[in-house]
Amino acid sequence: METNEKKSDDRVGSFTVKSGLAQMLKGGVIMDVVSVEHAVIAEEAGAVAVMALERVPADIREHGGVARMSDPALIKEIMQSVSIPVMAKCRIGHFVEAQILEAIGVDYVDESEVLTPADERHHIDKHPFTIPFVCGCRDLGEALRRIGEGAAMIRTKGEAGTGDIVEAVRHARTVLGAIRDLKAKPDDELMAYAKDLGAPYEVVKHTKELGRLPVVNFAAGGIATPADAALMMQIGVDGVFVGSGIFKSADPARRAKAIVEATTHYKDPKILAEISQHLGEPMVGISVSTLAEGETLADRGW
Amino acid sequence: MKIGVLALQGAFSEHIHMLRQLDVEAVEVRLPEELNDIDGLIIPGGESTTIGKLAVMYQLMNPLRQFARERPVWGTCAGMIFMAKAIGMDQPLMGVMDIVVERNAFGRQKDSFKEDVYVNVLKNGDSIPFPGIFIRSPKLVQTKGRVLMLAHLADGTPVAAIEDRLLATAFHPELTTDTRFHQYFLSLIQT
Repeated sequence: METNEKKSDDRVGSFTVKSGLAQMLKGGVIMDVVSVEHAVIAEEAGAVAVMALERVPADIREHGGVARMSDPALIKEIMQSVSIPVMAKCRIGHFVEAQILEAIGVDYVDESEVLTPADERHHIDKHPFTIPFVCGCRDLGEALRRIGEGAAMIRTKGEAGTGDIVEAVRHARTVLGAIRDLKAKPDDELMAYAKDLGAPYEVVKHTKELGRLPVVNFAAGGIATPADAALMMQIGVDGVFVGSGIFKSADPARRAKAIVEATTHYKDPKILAEISQHLGEPMVGISVSTLAEGETLADRGW
Repeated sequence: MKIGVLALQGAFSEHIHMLRQLDVEAVEVRLPEELNDIDGLIIPGGESTTIGKLAVMYQLMNPLRQFARERPVWGTCAGMIFMAKAIGMDQPLMGVMDIVVERNAFGRQKDSFKEDVYVNVLKNGDSIPFPGIFIRSPKLVQTKGRVLMLAHLADGTPVAAIEDRLLATAFHPELTTDTRFHQYFLSLIQT
């Protein structure tokens, strides 16, 4: 069978090189930015990468309508303004938006449920791309399906644009708990388990061997304070995405810096106490339990 | 022997995993006092701007410089940038190696690449190449003083250097299963 997959001995675009960049982001904070000014604040605060977009998730919620890939001109401006990696979002299944982002030369594509899905059954086949993809998940099956499609990094979805950490915790605990269950399973039960998860057998087997996801796993969706970031790190993720939590707060520069510090010193409550002081108002937020059916973004993705 | 890995940000757990495979005690270093009882330090790949800022915020710069005067230090990728005297940009550096480095000199992520390199100082290094993984990699653009080059790309670009017991690689041995570079670093501690 003809395959589009990049070969492991290809000079550029091999899976090692794609997942390797995510490994370099570990222990770091990736921040949503909507302008050059934001991007510079994020880099100055110590972000490991920025996500360039037109509206942060809280505003996408408020604005309504169809949310699409951002204007390439804005993304390019942001790429020119910082030295750290720049990510950008495309709609689930919208492989042409992904092709455009690759043509611009972004460092990572986020195939994101925060935008309005373009395909209600299929995600993008990510193997043929030279640039790597990060995808969201709520459980182990969803994570391993995305890895099967070629995702080089995973993030638990949480509920973007709410400032409520509850869904981020739920999704991270669900994924990590399922991996603990998987590790305890005998090999002769893996095929049935793969069937239950709806995930490729080979990826399930590999995950069991490693005892963790085969790619880096960040938390996203609802992180608004240094304590939230440290909570996710202690639960066991590799790093955090902060969307609306920084630039919807009273003092973005200070809060951004504090969240960076918290992600490094996540195990040290004395340092966490120190850096949580005098940050000003956090984003107001919306409790996820008050969202009506159809208002949650995490359900997008299949 | 006990090796510290600077754990401010980046691929520090990958280095620790490699060291433990070699039966060496490895610990994470985030604060100055954690430098006291280690015999060597690895500065991992990651984002050099993030690592530099956190090192300044947590008063690590001078202790790190002092450490490098006394004991071996190895920087991979961002670690190499962090050890350089100059990079032509304004960001916090340890500045302990007589090298000038250019960040992201091969391009963005789409240009990240793999290339085998021959490294003579490694075990069987002249016959068995080392898998070089270059991710938004920096380039060594100038070296001075006692710095020696240890490896080059096929086009002649230098990608690894040593100055006494300070080691720098533009690529990521911690992303491979080949432990020879880590063994070489350990040999610098034993001498």
